Amino acid sequence: MNTLLEVSGVSVTFDGFRAINNLSFQIGDAELRAVIGPNGAGKTTFMDIVTGKTRPDEGRVIWGDKSQSLLKMNEAKIAQAGIGRKFQKPTVFEDQTVQENLLMALKKPRGWLSVLMYRANTADLEKTAALAQEIGLLEELSRKSGELSHGQKQWLEIGMLLAQEPRLLLVDEPAAGMTPQEREHTTDLLLEAAKTRAVVVVEHDMEFVRRLNCKVTVLHEGSVLAEGSLDHVTSNQNVIDVYLGR
Amino acid sequence: MQRSFIAKNPSVLIFLACLALFTLIVTVLSEGFGVGVISTSFVKTLGKTLCLCLVAVAMDLIWGFTGILSLGHFAFFGLGGYMIGMWLMYERTRLIVVESLSQTEIPATSSEIIDGIGNQIFGVVGSSDFPLIWAFSDSLVLQLAMVVLVPGLLALVFGWFAFRSRVTGVYLSILTQAMTLALALYLFQNDSGLRGNNGLSGLQNLPGVTASQDEVSLWFLWASALALGLGYLLAAWVVSGKLGSVILGIRDNEARVRFLGYSVETYKLVVFTFTACIAAIAGALYYPQAGIINPAEIAPIASIYLAVWVAIGGRGRLYGAVIGAAFVSLLSTWFTGGQAPDIPLGFYTVKWVDWWLVLLGLSFVVVTLFAPKGMGGLVDLLTQRKSPNRHGADLGPDDGALREQEASQ
Repeated sequence: MNTLLEVSGVSVTFDGFRAINNLSFQIGDAELRAVIGPNGAGKTTFMDIVTGKTRPDEGRVIWGDKSQSLLKMNEAKIAQAGIGRKFQKPTVFEDQTVQENLLMALKKPRGWLSVLMYRANTADLEKTAALAQEIGLLEELSRKSGELSHGQKQWLEIGMLLAQEPRLLLVDEPAAGMTPQEREHTTDLLLEAAKTRAVVVVEHDMEFVRRLNCKVTVLHEGSVLAEGSLDHVTSNQNVIDVYLGR
Repeated sequence: MQRSFIAKNPSVLIFLACLALFTLIVTVLSEGFGVGVISTSFVKTLGKTLCLCLVAVAMDLIWGFTGILSLGHFAFFGLGGYMIGMWLMYERTRLIVVESLSQTEIPATSSEIIDGIGNQIFGVVGSSDFPLIWAFSDSLVLQLAMVVLVPGLLALVFGWFAFRSRVTGVYLSILTQAMTLALALYLFQNDSGLRGNNGLSGLQNLPGVTASQDEVSLWFLWASALALGLGYLLAAWVVSGKLGSVILGIRDNEARVRFLGYSVETYKLVVFTFTACIAAIAGALYYPQAGIINPAEIAPIASIYLAVWVAIGGRGRLYGAVIGAAFVSLLSTWFTGGQAPDIPLGFYTVKWVDWWLVLLGLSFVVVTLFAPKGMGGLVDLLTQRKSPNRHGADLGPDDGALREQEASQ
């Protein structure tokens, strides 16, 4: 398996606090990975670094077949390169319809002039309908996304991620605030997505991680504590001490 | 398939129809071409109001849609006025100078004419040489291009620095205030080349036009109405498409738009510059009707008024901005023009000339707190459009553990 993203020796300090400490992380082309860890372990900061929101003090972040460094690119460029991100809180554009949200995310030229002249054609509308079907929001296409329930918003955001056709999906707590049935649907969406692309899921909920049935990386105090199958890491004494034991 | 642009935005058609009807009625009632019920000075007031509506549309684009509270758009408005004013003043002075020099026995050379014009225009600030910025003032075409180019370039450079360093929110508002203040202070200087605090005057007299002001005022009213109509149409078209989606997204969650792969800074810069150009065109139509422009016009308070109009009219909908600008500026003219009757309270007499600003300030606060949709929100009441029906509200204690659907049965 080719390495899609390689993070090596990355450190970040905020006002003297070392949020990320010599972190190294790799993920392959079509891989599903769960990242767990206690609060303050640096999970979100890790995503911030990969998506360009935070610049690390040292270390390298190498992306893709051409081994580009992501550190010199801004957020928009990184997103265009094929990294999609879902936030912890569902952030959809509430004042716009589900369809407008999806159309905005569709993989299309991002320059202002082509966006200005863009008018949705039939193929694009069909594509959004297919996506809406997949995330279970076909009926809601013309509704304002602010009207959706919490779980539906989470799905819409996942749908927007899929519309971007990224090669790497970074998903922050996708199951937060969902009912058990909704969680199941979310699991299916992520498993399906991971067949064709790399997916990194940050999650607190162990049950959810167990259902994903994938390799797990445990973060603690900004670096990797353990890595392997869920059973492997949960039997690791260090992991039990800092995380599970409490 | 997709419906047409007008079908999706019926408000555009209604707006254009109202604007056309308004223009027609004013023309019929005017002194210039109609029965003379409306005085020429009031026609000018209405024409100026249309220009203010146009700059309010620009303000709504940048504030209501993109979420950037720019408190500097009157700087662009004023600059547009200055640019057209330069040509008007140069050309009219030239005609006068040529006229007076033609009395002399020896025909005047062109350099004598130019010196004469320079003396006439800059004598008031103790100079007679043309500053560099007047280089194109002898050409209407070039000066018309400057109306858009100079404010556009200023907006581009200012916006590039401001947005690139990710200045947002109230800090950006302060920065734009600083920009318009700095520009006003610069123009107040006599050696700024634009006649200091005297400003440019006599702009209502079009060079070479012999028609009376009764007619000229109507020409400008028509031109202003046309500009407002076209500006409104263009703005409505821009926000109806995907660009509209993106800038609304920037307003609501800038970071999310960035992670979708859109370069937020570029979009902000484009909208900022575009609205600056619209503001400049509005200014170029406004000041020939006002007759005079001086640096006080671009004082910081002017841009704040603009924000107040848009807030009272209703942000985030184009007709709201137009209604707000028209209503508040006309009301302001009425109150400050001494036409509003004083209110004697016995111990104190409320003079509206003094108290109007207090009233305006209060209504701004009231609208912001209690009717954030502004006057445009009244349209929602008429069309019975409702805010998103958000489900999942708390049920009363009587409903126990029922879900919403069960409880309503």
